[in-house]
Amino acid sequence: MAETLAFYALAGLAVVASALVIGQRNPMYSVMMLIASFAGLAGLYILLDAPFVAMAQVIIYAGAIMVLFLFVVMLLNAPQEDAAEWDRTHPLRRPGIARVGAVLATLLVVQLGWALSAATGLTAPVGSRGGSATVSSVRELGRVLFTDHGFAFEATSILILVAMVGAVVLARREGDS
Amino acid sequence: MDLRLAIQLAIIGFTFFMLINASAILVLAERKIMGFLQQRYGPYLVGPHGLLQPLADILKLLMKEELRPKGADKWLFTLAPILAVTASFAAFATVPWGAETTFFGLLDEPIRLGAADVNVGVLVVFAVTSMGVYGIVLAGWSSNSKYSLFGGLRASAQMISYELSYATALAAVILLAGSMSLREVVDSQSGTWLGIIPRWYVFLQPVGFIIYVIAGVAETNRAPFDFPEAEQELVAGFNTEYSSVRFALFPQAEYINMVTMSAVATDLYLGGWHLPGIPIWLGWAVFLGKIGLILFTYIWARWTLPRYRYDQLMYFGWKWLLPASVVNLLVTAALVLYFNG
Repeated sequence: MAETLAFYALAGLAVVASALVIGQRNPMYSVMMLIASFAGLAGLYILLDAPFVAMAQVIIYAGAIMVLFLFVVMLLNAPQEDAAEWDRTHPLRRPGIARVGAVLATLLVVQLGWALSAATGLTAPVGSRGGSATVSSVRELGRVLFTDHGFAFEATSILILVAMVGAVVLARREGDS
Repeated sequence: MDLRLAIQLAIIGFTFFMLINASAILVLAERKIMGFLQQRYGPYLVGPHGLLQPLADILKLLMKEELRPKGADKWLFTLAPILAVTASFAAFATVPWGAETTFFGLLDEPIRLGAADVNVGVLVVFAVTSMGVYGIVLAGWSSNSKYSLFGGLRASAQMISYELSYATALAAVILLAGSMSLREVVDSQSGTWLGIIPRWYVFLQPVGFIIYVIAGVAETNRAPFDFPEAEQELVAGFNTEYSSVRFALFPQAEYINMVTMSAVATDLYLGGWHLPGIPIWLGWAVFLGKIGLILFTYIWARWTLPRYRYDQLMYFGWKWLLPASVVNLLVTAALVLYFNG
């Protein structure tokens, strides 16, 4: 009972905060809402008996990446955002890119609905322990990550490295030439 | 309510109470030690030898008018000090400060001294302290003042730069102990080598300890890394526009963060409550003594070392501290694998 209540509270926090991220005019508040959403997700991980993942979520996303976001928002001193010019025009007169976005958004909603309706058989109780998907100990997590998912792990590392090198190249170009 | 639960609640309350006291005591200690280092007396008028000075300070801060600049962001300006002080208290929750005890036979099963004990304790401390920086950054931004903004910007950049080295230094100890629970890390440091040298990780991890202490000073924004405040450049940095109780919460958060940092350093590197020759039931006193020693060094460093330049801070953090901590972690991992694997 308590676990179910905690699940709905945390899931509600995550969903509402995520919605508010895009609902804010002020980028500073968007960042704060994103942190709240991450906190909700971390709580859900704890409910799923994965405290290590929860703490990694808080340390890496809420603790490091969002601080970087705040840094950028403050550095650029981003003002309040107003709705785009075309947002006030008739839907059919909007530029093509907005129409593509609308189509993709509709597709996403349909896909989500389909996925949720197909997943009805998977209603496992919240916080259920056991099963191969539950990774509770760090040792187990490390073993799975470096053996079963070794390729994915290395591929992700290389992807991040490429992004890093790319960022450095882009940042360097103006100063040196 | 059964006795065990009552005692556990009492321990939590006691931990909280002592943290509040610690910030008051540290204010006095800082001013007294500063006076001593500058060849003067420090506060001397309130109470015997100025011992009641913190009470006077607190009363003064409570009586002041609360101001908020016109252009300030109402919500975040109020939220920022609350966030800072909440994170500093919460970070201490998983720090154990004494061995298991039955209170001289009062309980059947021994109880653990410390607010909570979780198996990822080290990570919890780290996660919650890293939340504390939002208090400073938001205070800097929401004040709508250029000095505050610069203080907040510096706080975020400094936090990102030094958190990495800090975490990497922690990871090396976790490798040695084979556990993320602070209590288990402490218990793996009991006993001695050759009968005289205590089995503390500071002897196995001298480089890691130095990195931890330097990064810890930077994380708590203390001199010589007190850039978010930097009163010679930024008036008072991120808390320029704050007054009264809202202002008081920032120094309080800073002092409690110092205590947490010292307590974690004691647990990870200095053997916690273990000291050869001292019985285990006096462990809390040993623990307190070790914390006091680190805190004294903290204050000593503040009034001895001049502040770095900002670019030196970045240069040092990224080009010296981070590579050193990564090499330290790799060497530790290799040695652990060689001797245990």
